[in-house]
Amino acid sequence: MANITFITQGNIPVTVHGESGSVMALAVENNVAGIDGDCGGVCSCATCHVHVAKEQFSLVGEASEIEKDMLELDDDADEYSRLCCQIDITPELDGLVLTVAG
Amino acid sequence: MMNAQPPKETCIIVGASHGGVNLAFALRKEGYSGRIQLLDTDKRVPYHRPPLSKKHLISDQPAGQLLKPLQAYEKADIDLQLGVTVVDVNPSEKSVTLDDGTSHVYTQLVLATGAQPIIPPISGVDSAAHLYTLRTAEDAQAIAEAFNACEKKRVVVIGGGYVGLEAAASLQLCGAKVTVLERESRLLARVTAPDMSDYFYRLHQENGVAVFNAKNVSEIQTHNNENLVCCSDGSQYPADIIVVGVGVRVNTHLAEKAGLKLDNGIAVDGNNQTSDDSIYAIGDCCAQFNTHYQRWLRLESVQNALEQAKVVAAVICAKTPKMNAIPWFWSDQYAVKLQMVGLSQGYNKVVVRHERVNPESFSVWYFNDDELLSVDAVNHAKAYVLGTKLIAQRQRVDIDKLQDSSLALNSALLVQI
Repeated sequence: MANITFITQGNIPVTVHGESGSVMALAVENNVAGIDGDCGGVCSCATCHVHVAKEQFSLVGEASEIEKDMLELDDDADEYSRLCCQIDITPELDGLVLTVAG
Repeated sequence: MMNAQPPKETCIIVGASHGGVNLAFALRKEGYSGRIQLLDTDKRVPYHRPPLSKKHLISDQPAGQLLKPLQAYEKADIDLQLGVTVVDVNPSEKSVTLDDGTSHVYTQLVLATGAQPIIPPISGVDSAAHLYTLRTAEDAQAIAEAFNACEKKRVVVIGGGYVGLEAAASLQLCGAKVTVLERESRLLARVTAPDMSDYFYRLHQENGVAVFNAKNVSEIQTHNNENLVCCSDGSQYPADIIVVGVGVRVNTHLAEKAGLKLDNGIAVDGNNQTSDDSIYAIGDCCAQFNTHYQRWLRLESVQNALEQAKVVAAVICAKTPKMNAIPWFWSDQYAVKLQMVGLSQGYNKVVVRHERVNPESFSVWYFNDDELLSVDAVNHAKAYVLGTKLIAQRQRVDIDKLQDSSLALNSALLVQI
């Protein structure tokens, strides 16, 4: 349904294909380095933090309030940060590029 | 013999749940090049446990969410052996024996053996119909099957702790008639303040669960697949399914065989090393001195297992470990998100803060005199995040301002200079 590219630390791009579910689950299924999803995807741990490419941010949209608050736990967060357990895979996300937070 | 390679190191990990699995992968991340044998009695590919009592309890795939895809183990050269049980440890030979009779030598042994639910010694408990604990995917599946097969769907949950309450919520949402029987005078008595207990009592009542405190279950009578749960005060509750959530017993059997020091679990140092240099213990099964709270603790949480896994991976790879000494937990019930940070034990002051802008959000702040010990946040990630930072930094909090809900909650408000 969508091809999504993760840029992992060390600048290595990993492109994976997802049909449904959350982007975090897709990353974990494909063992994308740096996306742990420790809490299992319930927005409780902030270990699936990604930076969305600026020009693509409108594709995923703003974080929810709880998600924004959780992102405050991470010093590396910026205005294009999302917790990817809170992003559902849709066809519109095809071509999305996400940089895994450090 | 000219080109003989030095013998490879081998790390054997006993227990492939959150702690064991994360340790195996963390070892590779830290550069461990030896063999990794990851063993578990459970036959299923390792899975997330928290959802078992939450949203997945009654679903088509109660064990749906894997910790890692099966291929990832192969790719990381982790020898995952499921459905095997370690029956003996021989520290002098540095070997373990499996139930198939084979013996395996280790360089490092890690016990991630967890705990198992307690079945209380209630009269009739052994012959009760459809009585379950809830810790493994098999447990969740058995509950789901019994639930789908029975008509009246009357569920009695014995124990009003987190597992019991989460199970009650998810079964109620699926159409069960749920009764919770708690022995103490309030829910979650061991882990939270009375305000929080009252909140969860009301929450479950409002959602149609019958909750009774101070109920000591004395007997279970069973006839024709129907149970009658009898309490010492004479009250009786019919049940097609009984879920028992009254706590756990640590799996220390192997540690005992290895002669390791035990103290409310397997005693470990700051590096999660046991009293034997080559043996480590992580997760629910071990007790460790917490540097922040200056006290020995045995924690039952995913976060603790993951942190300790990272520590042991670093130690085995001769790197400097980093441990977050502030524990955190979460619980989802109905649409309520509870996030907790820190430990409230020893508090002598509690501040309950309700937010004016969002009445669904509130937080409970626990203090020992001036020191902030922990925060329970309901639908309130902001309070949880702030609490996390303030506790870690040992910041003094302005309690008057915290109590004033006309002021917005932020760190500038709270930090007392």
